Amino acid sequence: MLIKKPADILPSEITPQQFWQRRREFLKASASGIGLAAIGLAGTAPHRVLAGDTIPNVRPSPFSTDEPPTSLEDITSYNNFYELGTDKTDPKANARFLKPRPWTVTVDGECAAPGEIGIKDILSSFTQEERIYRLRCVEAWAMVVPWVGFPLGDLIKRFEPTSKAKYVAFETLYDPEQMPGQKRRVLDWPYREGLRMDEAMHPLTILSTGLYGELLPNQNGAPLRLVVPWKYGFKSIKSIVRISFTEKEPPATWTRMQANEYGFYANVNPAVDHPRWSQKTHRMIGDGWLAKKRETLPFNGYGDQVAELYAGMDLKRFF
Amino acid sequence: MSVRYGKPLVFLLCLVPLGVLIGRGASGALGPNPVEAITHFTGDWTLRLLLVTLAVTPLRRLTGQAWLVRFRRMLGLFAFFYAVLHFTTYLWLDRFFDLGTIAEDVLKRPYITIGFAAFVLMVPLAITSTQGWIRRLGRRWKTLHRAVYAIGVLGVLHYLWLVKADLLEPAIYAIILAVLLGLRVPWADLSARLRSAMRRRSWMAPERR
Repeated sequence: MLIKKPADILPSEITPQQFWQRRREFLKASASGIGLAAIGLAGTAPHRVLAGDTIPNVRPSPFSTDEPPTSLEDITSYNNFYELGTDKTDPKANARFLKPRPWTVTVDGECAAPGEIGIKDILSSFTQEERIYRLRCVEAWAMVVPWVGFPLGDLIKRFEPTSKAKYVAFETLYDPEQMPGQKRRVLDWPYREGLRMDEAMHPLTILSTGLYGELLPNQNGAPLRLVVPWKYGFKSIKSIVRISFTEKEPPATWTRMQANEYGFYANVNPAVDHPRWSQKTHRMIGDGWLAKKRETLPFNGYGDQVAELYAGMDLKRFF
Repeated sequence: MSVRYGKPLVFLLCLVPLGVLIGRGASGALGPNPVEAITHFTGDWTLRLLLVTLAVTPLRRLTGQAWLVRFRRMLGLFAFFYAVLHFTTYLWLDRFFDLGTIAEDVLKRPYITIGFAAFVLMVPLAITSTQGWIRRLGRRWKTLHRAVYAIGVLGVLHYLWLVKADLLEPAIYAIILAVLLGLRVPWADLSARLRSAMRRRSWMAPERR
């Protein structure tokens, strides 16, 4: 039984949510002879990725790099997402606890039209693009990730920030049941990050809803995360539940924890070492163990597009 | 357990981590960042074997099982063996023998400075671990090998200093080390008193022996 469906509707939208979230169980049940057809689910092959649903009508983008992307396996099994555990392998192992549906993002602060927006609305009302970006972690490793997402600026405009909105603040979900890593106070939960308004409005800055053409796997920050490719990875906050416009520089979790090691700007910069290690080179994940490290470029190689944002600023001071 | 069978057994046990590492390498199970995985694995086992080595003396004194000390040299040498693997991984797979960046690391990055110092301190202890050197150095051998306490402290600090936020694991190592070193302080005192007491008794009543 194959039911043809319009391409712009997500499987999550046509399938009752409680079934959709438990679809693996239904698939397993169907294998043991319990009627899948009776429930009326269109059977799809289980995906390796936890989310595993294709995002329709994803447009290519001229901002994408032509470097070969890191494998899906590596992108989804080597993660810094302390909410799901502090080891690189923990987020994948604990990914099942996070429930990315239903999901609502609250937008408030210095804006004329504060409100809430659901993930379904986000997926249907903003044109989703593929953005293949380099990702440089502050720990001196890097990946190339084929994100799916849309410019953060598109969402910002909808909530009409006022002239007092100088910064944009972000907040991750706080729920130790869904995020077992939050049961220990490794960081000052909830995770917070921020951008200056011009950084937030820059066309390279996106909110990501997926990667490799499918919805974001939980361990990569489902259902909605920030991606700022010229900054160290920790700026790209995951599983966002709140976006606020502020007049003053908002608090950022790592900066508050260790201000001399993690600055608010956190622009990739080989000339400014982390106090405990060099930032001149990085290891490209997937290069293999006999490969040499690669040279790190200022602004992670996006200097032509973003360097002007920081004209006249001392980047050694505002690192 | 006799020491004769015990030694080959402990030898093989100490090689198990290396076997696991080789197995993971051969089966591609080292994950997306194999160099980091090898570095952490060999570093972990250096620290663990160092702590096991430091546990021998307190354990022997607490249990009265004198034969335990006969494993101490082998355990210490295996700690050094994993330290060599750890250091080689850094020199080769991480830095590709680029002396400029290695020197910069050792001079500028405190956790590397400390780890490097711990490794350098281990070298003379490994060299002088033979019977010949024990004989040649006499009483000075013991003084020299007290450097293992410093190595333990430096090793744990090396780990503590490189962690970003989650201090749980290095803290566990630090606590175990503190206990092992702490056990030596009152014991050194107590055993000295016991020994002198025994000497006095045997001096006062030699005919009873």
